[in-house]
Amino acid sequence: MTDAVLEVRGLNVDYGLGDDAVHAVRDVDLTLHRGEVLGLAGESGSGKSTLAYGLTRLLPPPGVIAGGEVLYHPDGGDPVDVLRMTLPELRRFRWAETAIVFQGAMNSLNPVHRISTQLTDVIKAHDPRGSSAARLARARELLRLVGISADRLDSYPHQLSGGMRQRVMIGMALALEPKVVIMDEPTTALDVVVQRQILRQLVELRERLGFSVVFITHDLSLLVEFSDRIAIMYGGRIVEQADSADLYRDPLHPYSHGLLNSFPALRGPKRELTGIPGSPPDLRAMPAGCSFHPRCPRALERCGAEVPVLGNPAEKRDTAHVAVGRRSPTDRTVACWLHPVHHDGL
Amino acid sequence: MTVVPTTGTATPVAAPVKRRRLRFVANPKATTGLVILGFFALLAIIGPWIAPYDPSGRGNDLLQGPSAAHWFGTTHLGQDIFSQVVVGTRSVMVVGFVAGLVATVLSILVGVTSGYLAGAGSEVLSALSNVFLVLPALPLMIIITSTLPETGTLTIALVIGFTSWAWGARVLRAQTLSLRGRDYVEAARATGEKTWRIILFEILPNLTAVIASGFVGTVIFAVTLEITLAFIGIGAGGDWNWGTVLYWAQSQQALAQGAWWWFVPAGLAIALLGTALSLVNFGIDEFVSPRLRGGGKTNVKTADGHTVRMRVGFTPVLAHKTRPEGRETP
Amino acid sequence: MSYLLKRIAFYLFTAWAAITINFFIPRVIPGDPVQALITRSRGQMTSDAVQSLYVLFGLDKDASLVEQYFTYLGQLLRGDLGLSFTYFPSPVSQVLGDGLPWTLGLVGITTVLGFLIGTALGTGIGWRRGSWADALIPVTTFVSSIPYFWLGLIAIALLTGPDSFFPASGAYDNGLVPNPDLEFVGSVLRHGLLPAFTILISSMAGWILSMRNMMVTVASEDYVTVAHAKGLSDRRVMVSYAARNALLPNVSGFALSLGFIVGGTLLVEIVFSYPGLGLQLFQAVGAKDYPLMQGIFLIITLSVLLANFLADVAYLALDPRTRREG
Repeated sequence: MTDAVLEVRGLNVDYGLGDDAVHAVRDVDLTLHRGEVLGLAGESGSGKSTLAYGLTRLLPPPGVIAGGEVLYHPDGGDPVDVLRMTLPELRRFRWAETAIVFQGAMNSLNPVHRISTQLTDVIKAHDPRGSSAARLARARELLRLVGISADRLDSYPHQLSGGMRQRVMIGMALALEPKVVIMDEPTTALDVVVQRQILRQLVELRERLGFSVVFITHDLSLLVEFSDRIAIMYGGRIVEQADSADLYRDPLHPYSHGLLNSFPALRGPKRELTGIPGSPPDLRAMPAGCSFHPRCPRALERCGAEVPVLGNPAEKRDTAHVAVGRRSPTDRTVACWLHPVHHDGL
Repeated sequence: MTVVPTTGTATPVAAPVKRRRLRFVANPKATTGLVILGFFALLAIIGPWIAPYDPSGRGNDLLQGPSAAHWFGTTHLGQDIFSQVVVGTRSVMVVGFVAGLVATVLSILVGVTSGYLAGAGSEVLSALSNVFLVLPALPLMIIITSTLPETGTLTIALVIGFTSWAWGARVLRAQTLSLRGRDYVEAARATGEKTWRIILFEILPNLTAVIASGFVGTVIFAVTLEITLAFIGIGAGGDWNWGTVLYWAQSQQALAQGAWWWFVPAGLAIALLGTALSLVNFGIDEFVSPRLRGGGKTNVKTADGHTVRMRVGFTPVLAHKTRPEGRETP
Repeated sequence: MSYLLKRIAFYLFTAWAAITINFFIPRVIPGDPVQALITRSRGQMTSDAVQSLYVLFGLDKDASLVEQYFTYLGQLLRGDLGLSFTYFPSPVSQVLGDGLPWTLGLVGITTVLGFLIGTALGTGIGWRRGSWADALIPVTTFVSSIPYFWLGLIAIALLTGPDSFFPASGAYDNGLVPNPDLEFVGSVLRHGLLPAFTILISSMAGWILSMRNMMVTVASEDYVTVAHAKGLSDRRVMVSYAARNALLPNVSGFALSLGFIVGGTLLVEIVFSYPGLGLQLFQAVGAKDYPLMQGIFLIITLSVLLANFLADVAYLALDPRTRREG
């Protein structure tokens, strides 16, 4: 795991304190490697956005991080724990190392400041010694990078279209050349054509600049197309993660299966759209055992009693995907009693 | 990328679901406000019976400080100030309530109509409320009341009611405009529902909080205005209210004579009533917009004993390690 | 600029409405107030002055209502507001001219200052939500519920007296003649201090509360979270992102409540016997001096409209969305 850039270990995020606390993210472990696009999918309320805001410590009250580690590996340096940073350290770290593109570009830009102000203030905050001419030049370059003409610098957000605004946000995210870009439903509010344009551009930029992306969406078909690996969240836990091709071809968790059949895929063989019966669980009153079992068509008796553990499924251990040859097959994990976990040395 | 084999908590997690009681009443601000308001309402009803003296009746103790016989002291004519304040409560509450009611009804009529109906009529109503909004209330009230043959409590209440609906109308218009575009209203219109039914059953129920807060706001406004008018010598012909008490205190140079008891009780009563009404309105605001809610504790204790304040932008971290008791061997 | 033109049209319309209200109201006054005045003047009034009063009060029975209305408008344009009963035989316009500068100085400055200081304090309290600063909210609520004039009474009772630095009444020492010299200006400042503080404290409270609530609301907007995520300094996020946006509704609120605030502040003049429009209004009410009352209503309305317009211009400068696309 030498190429990890961001490692989340045992992250727990709550809303509220003590007995009233709602556990929105539970015991999440996740590793992001250099240069990859990691997709994070799940229905609303699955905890995927909470996870993203939690690991950047941007969750508003009453959100609290109940425990865990978020290790960032700088180039050639020792890993640092984001959750142990003091406020000034956190401020220096933000945007310089991990930038975020938020859900709903409409409200991400400050309506009363020009685009130029909002692009340059972040550069100035992290490098106060640079000249304002240099900052403006950089802002112009960033706009060009995302395909917006530089004369838009003097515009106000309300003068731009939704797609342009989201491009500006992506350009802004790249302002300090971060190693990690977290994108939370970045294109949900846009129409499909603009959505594809922006994502294609993002993939291209990633190849050119070499940052890693955590891509959060409820639209699994989008992830299958644009991400290298996918992690599926349900009820605040990761229930399955795999290479996107593997996940598409052979989802192991019944929830992943249901999620895949909820969206039409743009490429690949056609599937029948079935969706998932029932609705996402109430985080205040989670079912015992596997939180998916009340909706699961293949639930066993054990599912209602014990929480399944995320691990390498035994049946995939030796045979599968060696041929793909990209990574070791142990990369594939699932939390489901239908696929008992292989454990070495236990 | 890899997901590290992880641990799961085997204990079934079933957080107790708290029952959502009457959240508005449970709001401490609203409760405090309602209790004080209830006290004044009671005083308004029973005031004339429990007042120890006739508020206008003269006595032999001229300009006396507070004593056992006269809790709030006496005026230059020997009138009992406590009785004046207690009896005056009724006029204050009546003006507040009647004016609030009249203004609220008018603001609903004007605001909802101009918000729901499009076109010239809507624009005219909107312009009308804007005109009433910017006209300075006190001088306007003075020139109106100065032309009236009599200015009893009810007259004052009606005049205030008829001139102070504009703020509510403006807010209601904006709300109605946004409700009008909602799916369920569009759907009702598309299915041929009658306009008055849509307004009554689809729009108005969603405006309840706005209307309530507008009503409370107008009551505050009306009470202040009545007292102010009485203080400069207009209105409440013969009826006692807190403003009249202050009017006499001012015109008889209570200050110069050191008679602080003459104006302190009435002023505190006004401030207390105003605070109570504001508290009720805060309660409504917090009920409508959860962002404003105090949300209980804002300071949290971390595992290593530090106290951190919850704030936007910097989520507090309570502990750094994963829960060890959660580990279990599969 | 179409936005400003629209606003100007609206203010002109409102001014016209105020003038028209002023025209109609005296026409329902019972009795003949002019006759009462003529009696009081003991024959000192010229027939022109009597005629102008008859026009003002609509007692000119020979003319039709429309004719009366235009004569009235013509009279207003010439600045003829009739004669004041209280300050007889001074014309109302002259009385207003004496009072207006004092009111503008006292009420104008303190209202704007109260808004600015209150907004600044509200910004801080709203931003540090949940800290000790929240303890100020109940106090502020209580203060904002106190009528301005009562606070003035308390201030006089507590802070003035024979040995006090603060005079209890007037705008300057009795012996002085208005002159731009040091002694006079010093006296004016000393007399203005207490009324000014009274207005400041009362009017500030409301702005603190509304700005605090706006800050709390704006603090959870996405663009504020983005500003935090960008690693900007706390100060920059507070001022340039949160407060800058929270200010907008507060400015439009300021414009809308000016009419109300001015009413409250006029009463402070009464309490302090400050020789502005408020005190004149008080005297006019006591003497049933209708021409003066009407004149004061008109001039206050016009001033409030002008102030409203200035607030609109400020809003225009603050919110790019109201400007024309360019």
